[in-house]
Amino acid sequence: MPTTCLLTEADIANKVRRLASEIVEAHPSGPLGFVGIHTRGVVLAERVHQAVTDLRNEPVAYGTVDISLYRDDLDNLGTIPAIKSSDIAFPIDGRNIILFDDVLFTGRTVRAAIDCLMDYGRPSRIQLAVLVDRGLRELPIAADFVGLTHPTTREDHIRVSFTDTDADSEEGVFLL
Amino acid sequence: MITRKDLLDIESLETSEIEFILENAKPFKDLFTRSVKKVPALRGKTVLSLFYEPSTRTRTSFEIAAKRLSADVTNFSVSTSSVVKGESIQDTVDTLQSMKCDYIVVRHKASGVPGMIAEMTDASVINAGDGFHAHPTQALLDAYTFKEILPEMKGKRIVIIGDILHSRVARSTARCFHKLGVEVGFFGPGTLIPDAVPEFIHTFRSYEEAIAWEPDVMYLLRLQLERQKHNFLPSLREYHQTFGITHKRFQALREKGTWIMHPGPVNRGVEVADDVMSYERSLINQQVENGIAVRMSVLFSMQPRVAARALGDSGESSS
Repeated sequence: MPTTCLLTEADIANKVRRLASEIVEAHPSGPLGFVGIHTRGVVLAERVHQAVTDLRNEPVAYGTVDISLYRDDLDNLGTIPAIKSSDIAFPIDGRNIILFDDVLFTGRTVRAAIDCLMDYGRPSRIQLAVLVDRGLRELPIAADFVGLTHPTTREDHIRVSFTDTDADSEEGVFLL
Repeated sequence: MITRKDLLDIESLETSEIEFILENAKPFKDLFTRSVKKVPALRGKTVLSLFYEPSTRTRTSFEIAAKRLSADVTNFSVSTSSVVKGESIQDTVDTLQSMKCDYIVVRHKASGVPGMIAEMTDASVINAGDGFHAHPTQALLDAYTFKEILPEMKGKRIVIIGDILHSRVARSTARCFHKLGVEVGFFGPGTLIPDAVPEFIHTFRSYEEAIAWEPDVMYLLRLQLERQKHNFLPSLREYHQTFGITHKRFQALREKGTWIMHPGPVNRGVEVADDVMSYERSLINQQVENGIAVRMSVLFSMQPRVAARALGDSGESSS
C-alpha cells in the first residue's frame, strides 16, 4: 500500500504554532498545566509548551503520563509493557490541564490518561489537544484543540515520526 | 521482554528479565509520592498469600504491593486452616484453583514447594521464600536498592556476611548480583559457609580480609536465632565480635563511606551495633520501601495461565 504524507515537518511546525495560539487564546491567564501522554504525546506537549511560553506571560506547568497501568486491554496484550515514569511535579488541584497526544483514535488512551490524572488530584478542567484526529471513536471523547482532522478506516495505519523519538526516519505524519 | 507464569528462583531468570523487572519497579516507586498510591493494573485479579511459615514483613510487603495494583488480596492462613487438620498441599492447591485465584504467593519451610505448586495450578506462583533454596523477590529488591545508589553495577563489590549455609537470601541475592555484574564475597563462621560455594563467589577467612577487598556494600544477614540450636556458634557475643559490625568497625566503615544492607529484621547488637541503625549510609529502610515497588513490578510481570487463555486477538494498539 502506498504511503501518503499527511503532514510534513514544516506542516507539523505550523500546526504546533496554531495549537499554541489557540490554547493561549482560550487560556490567556490562570493556572495552566500541560501533560503529554507517552511517548509521542510528550514530544507534542514539549513543542507546544515551548511555543506557548513565548506567547503567554504566565508560565505553564509541564508533565508527562504513562498510561500502561491504566489500559483496559492489559489482559490481551500478550507481552508485559515496559512502563515509563509518569512525572507530574506540580499540584493539579484547581488547575486547567491540557492533555496531549499525537493521534486521537478510539479514545481509550485518553480515557486511561484522564483516570491517571484523577489519581493525582482534582483539576478544575481537563482538555485535550492532538496533532491528528483520525476518527473511529469507541468512547464519547472529543478533542478541544486539533491540528488535523483526517477521517480514516480501521484498516488504515497512521504513523507519526518525530525526530526526537524516531531518529531513523524523517519527521512527518504518514498514512500507510 | 518477559513472558513467564511463575517466579520461583533467580537461577531461571535471564539477566534481561531481571533488568526488566528492576526497570519497571521505578515507575511503581514513583507512585508512592502521589496522593493516590494505587493504579488499576490488576483490577479484578485475586492475589492469595499462602504462607506455611511465619512472616510479617514479606507478607505485608506483598499485600501492600498487590493492593496498590488494585488486586483483591486474600490470606490463606495456614495455622488455622485445614492444613493443620492434615490436608495435603495438592488438595489445598486444588481448592485454591477452584477459587480462581490469579496469583499465589507461597512461603514454605521445605525447598521446592513453590515449584511444585506452580505445576499444579494455572495461577502465577511467586516464591516468597522456600527452605534454604530461594527468596527471589528479596534478591530483586536488594539489587534495585543497590542500583539506586550505584547505578553502574558492573565491577562493584558486595560482601555478604553471616549464616550463609541456612540462608535462602544469600543464595538468591548472590546469584542476582552476579548476573548483574556485581562481584560477590561471602564471609561467615566456618561452620556456616557451605562446602560448595559457586566459583564466582570469593570467600574470606577474616573480617580484615573482607575489608581489604574494598567492598562498596556490606550485606549483613540476619542471624536466624531459631536455627542456631545445633552449636554452630559458641555465643552471640562472640559472633558479634567476630562477624558483626561492632562500634569500632562501624567507625572505620563510616570513614570509607561503605553502604550497609540487611534484609531485616535486625538483631541489634548481634549483626550490627546499635549506632549502625542510624547510619546515613544504611539502606535498610530503603530496602523495605523498595520491596513494595519491586513486588509490584514482579506481580505485574507474571502472566497467569488464565489470562493467557483469553488471549484471542492481540488487537492493534489503540490511540
